[in-house]
Amino acid sequence: MAKSIDVSNVNIYYGDFKAVEDVSMTIKARSVTAFIGPSGCGKSTFLRTLNRMHEVIPGAHVEGEVLLGGEDIYAANVDPVQVRRRVGMVFQRPNPFPTMSIYDNVLAGNRLNSKKLKKADADAIVEKALTGANLWNEVKDRLGKPGMGLSGGQQQRLCIARAIAVEPQVLLMDEPCSALDPISTSAVEDLIHELKSDYTIVIVTHNMQQAARVSEYTGFFNLKAAGQPGHLVEFNKTTKMFSTPEQESTEAYISGRFG
Amino acid sequence: MTATTAEKMTETPSNRLGDRIFSGLALAAGLSILVALTGVFAFLLIRGWQGLSQDASFYDAPRANDFLHYVWPLVFGTVYAAVIALVIAVPLSIGIALVISHYAPRRLATPIAYVIDLLAAVPSVVFGLWGILVFAPAMVPTYGWLDDHLGFIPLFAGNEGGGVNPVGRTILTAGIVLAIMVLPIITSITREIFAQTPRLHQEAALALGATRWEMIRYAVFPYARSGMVSAVMLGLGRALGETMAVAMVLSAGKSLVTFNLLGNESSTTIAANIASNYKEGTPGKVAVLIATGLVLFVLTFVVNFLARLIVARAERNTTR
Amino acid sequence: MSTLQSPRTSGLVSDLTAGKLPRFAPALAAVIALGIGALAALLIGGGLLATVLFAAVAFLVVLPAWYAVVEGRRAAVDRLVTCLVWSALAVALVPLVSLLWTVVHHGARQLDATFLGQDAFITALHQPTGILHAIVGTLLITLTAAVMSVPLGIFAAIYLIEYGAGSKLAAAIRFLVDVMTGIPSIVAGLFAFALFTLLFGPAYRSGLAGAAALSLLMVPIVVRSTEEMLRLVPNELREAAYALGTPKWRTIVKVVLPTALGGIVTGVTLATARVVGETAPLLLTAAITTKVNLNVFDGFMTTLPVMVYSSQAKGHPEDFDVAWGAALVLVLIVLVLNIVARIVGKIFAPKTGH
Repeated sequence: MAKSIDVSNVNIYYGDFKAVEDVSMTIKARSVTAFIGPSGCGKSTFLRTLNRMHEVIPGAHVEGEVLLGGEDIYAANVDPVQVRRRVGMVFQRPNPFPTMSIYDNVLAGNRLNSKKLKKADADAIVEKALTGANLWNEVKDRLGKPGMGLSGGQQQRLCIARAIAVEPQVLLMDEPCSALDPISTSAVEDLIHELKSDYTIVIVTHNMQQAARVSEYTGFFNLKAAGQPGHLVEFNKTTKMFSTPEQESTEAYISGRFG
Repeated sequence: MTATTAEKMTETPSNRLGDRIFSGLALAAGLSILVALTGVFAFLLIRGWQGLSQDASFYDAPRANDFLHYVWPLVFGTVYAAVIALVIAVPLSIGIALVISHYAPRRLATPIAYVIDLLAAVPSVVFGLWGILVFAPAMVPTYGWLDDHLGFIPLFAGNEGGGVNPVGRTILTAGIVLAIMVLPIITSITREIFAQTPRLHQEAALALGATRWEMIRYAVFPYARSGMVSAVMLGLGRALGETMAVAMVLSAGKSLVTFNLLGNESSTTIAANIASNYKEGTPGKVAVLIATGLVLFVLTFVVNFLARLIVARAERNTTR
Repeated sequence: MSTLQSPRTSGLVSDLTAGKLPRFAPALAAVIALGIGALAALLIGGGLLATVLFAAVAFLVVLPAWYAVVEGRRAAVDRLVTCLVWSALAVALVPLVSLLWTVVHHGARQLDATFLGQDAFITALHQPTGILHAIVGTLLITLTAAVMSVPLGIFAAIYLIEYGAGSKLAAAIRFLVDVMTGIPSIVAGLFAFALFTLLFGPAYRSGLAGAAALSLLMVPIVVRSTEEMLRLVPNELREAAYALGTPKWRTIVKVVLPTALGGIVTGVTLATARVVGETAPLLLTAAITTKVNLNVFDGFMTTLPVMVYSSQAKGHPEDFDVAWGAALVLVLIVLVLNIVARIVGKIFAPKTGH
């Protein structure tokens, strides 16, 4: 059920302002792809176009083609809500729903859409998702407690469980560890390793070591100059990116000479 | 989950419909507020229009023969009572707001703020009842003293033949009761603004050796000026429109324009005049009252409009 | 060097403490002021109140003057302002205490089963009367007003925050809501009066017309408080719901509104408390009766505030007693609503687990 994503000639605008220019890439199914680059280079913006989340901001629009398993998610009669059901997302800061228990948070994707579930099915989904997110053992005795009561790292894994409970085809992660301490970060990274056998994972990160640790493919985004749109400089196997990058600016960024 | 995978990503009609209905409801609610406000104006205009040009008998002839002469003393009384209220309430409110934001220790500030909010929750008719049965009689000796010793000032002249209103139901009493009623409004707005003054400015002033008052004067007041002005305007709007307390406390004179604070007869306010005269209302008389209501509406609208405009401009300046 | 150093240090220490008034200065000044006040009251004539007043004025003169002499003008002004702001508070508390005390004092004597359990409809001479009709009227009219204005207000707030954010229309509506907050209640009453008499004939008075007037006053408060609460809901929660494939309207219903529920309920309750005490609009639209009327759509209906006003207007001491009793019940209702608002706000606050 994991699917690949083919992106060709994508331009992203906020109103008249062009934020990202001419991105093309192929994201392989059942792999981890990382986006790195300096702040404001458009990597998060680009990530959000992969499940049409950028449309939440008024005036944002996209040119080009994004194919999810061969289907264009920007075709005229496609419902963005349906796209997001297939392409899940985990955010920078953990955002469990404060009004819901841990149990209900995991089921949020079903509950929010008023899907009727038998109790046994619901229990099965919760256990599977929490186990998948490496959180089951920590919370199985307090599923009825509020999700906000967990630690930051646990909250983020709860959000991952919430995202995988609806069994998406792709999982997008927007700097999922930037608000976490090192121990929680390593727990989430371990989880990413395990999840890639079932999901196509795309992760934006500020941390180059993290990209090197978790991903198989890496895309480097950069700005040509201040005020110019961001663009994709290089897209390659992670091992190649971090040893012998093709572009000079990639090497400069990775070796820490700028950015 | 194979079913979901097989589903097309095309629109599901139920979702689209739900969104459309919901956003439609929200928009309709928003628009109905526009309609309500224009409706208020339109209905007062329709029903009050004939009140603007009635036969002289409807305007308490021979005191007044047309609408302008009828409404002018009421406008005067409305503004006069509100100004008296503000003259008393504004300094007190700013003082209390300062106590809450800067002077009282935190443990004391919260209950004080709560008690002042309690004052705002008391219904106006209870203020009226207290005003007429307790406060007005209690003020009579003081008014007498003022008349005896300060009677040479026209404000405190009292009645022509000497003496003051024997039951204390003067415009000064009404003004003081109004002051008590608008005080919590002005206090709560100004104290919020005082509390928002940037700490850095205040600490900079204290670090330069300023006393607490100098710090407030040079760091807090300049920052809060526009907020204070709009708080006063909002208080003014409330004082202009307040009905029951004035209607109950004031012994109204007919079409009287006088600055005399202590006399037997005072100018009355538009709102109080409507409340005390609507009952004997023939349709023609009611039309006149509605027309005065229209005047009051325009008056408070302008005051509130200006207050909000000042706030909006101040917000623009601080965010810039 | 060392000989120079030590006197300078000691000089600094004395600089910091010299020219300061001792800590008991304000207390001493108060005693002196009290003396002056008593003397003045004796000379000019006046009772305890005059003594206190004179003493307060004397205190405001004596203490700053003393500071001016010892510590200089700046310290004196500072001390004077401190005294002034605290006296402002004291002055404001006098009417509040007086008002609450008289309402409780006069009102409590009235409260008994007859007063609360009977209406004022008299079929025989010297029959005991009560305010049941006014209590029922207050509850019914306020409830009707809430039913009309709460959904409208909440939906309007949803439009302002969720759908119309940033649009010109939303800015215009927000501005008008602000202006509407300042509509005099008597004008709202006139509007409802004009509207309903136009629709149903010149003699039409009913609880519904009164409730319409009240909701005109209530809607802006509900909109403003709901809007504030919706604004406080973090955008991240909306995004989390969207990312799970939730349509916008379900996100609002199932995520945004539940998160803001505590604040919204508090705001609605406070708005109710605000209109429950309104008199003027109901005087015009619902009129006065002595019987319990359960039909909101037709017939006169009396509320507690109107009862207070009309009883006082009759002008007999026994009517004043009824007015005080009704006022106490009214104040209690307002107080209970305020307390409920605070408790409800706490109960529905989002659970953090801490």
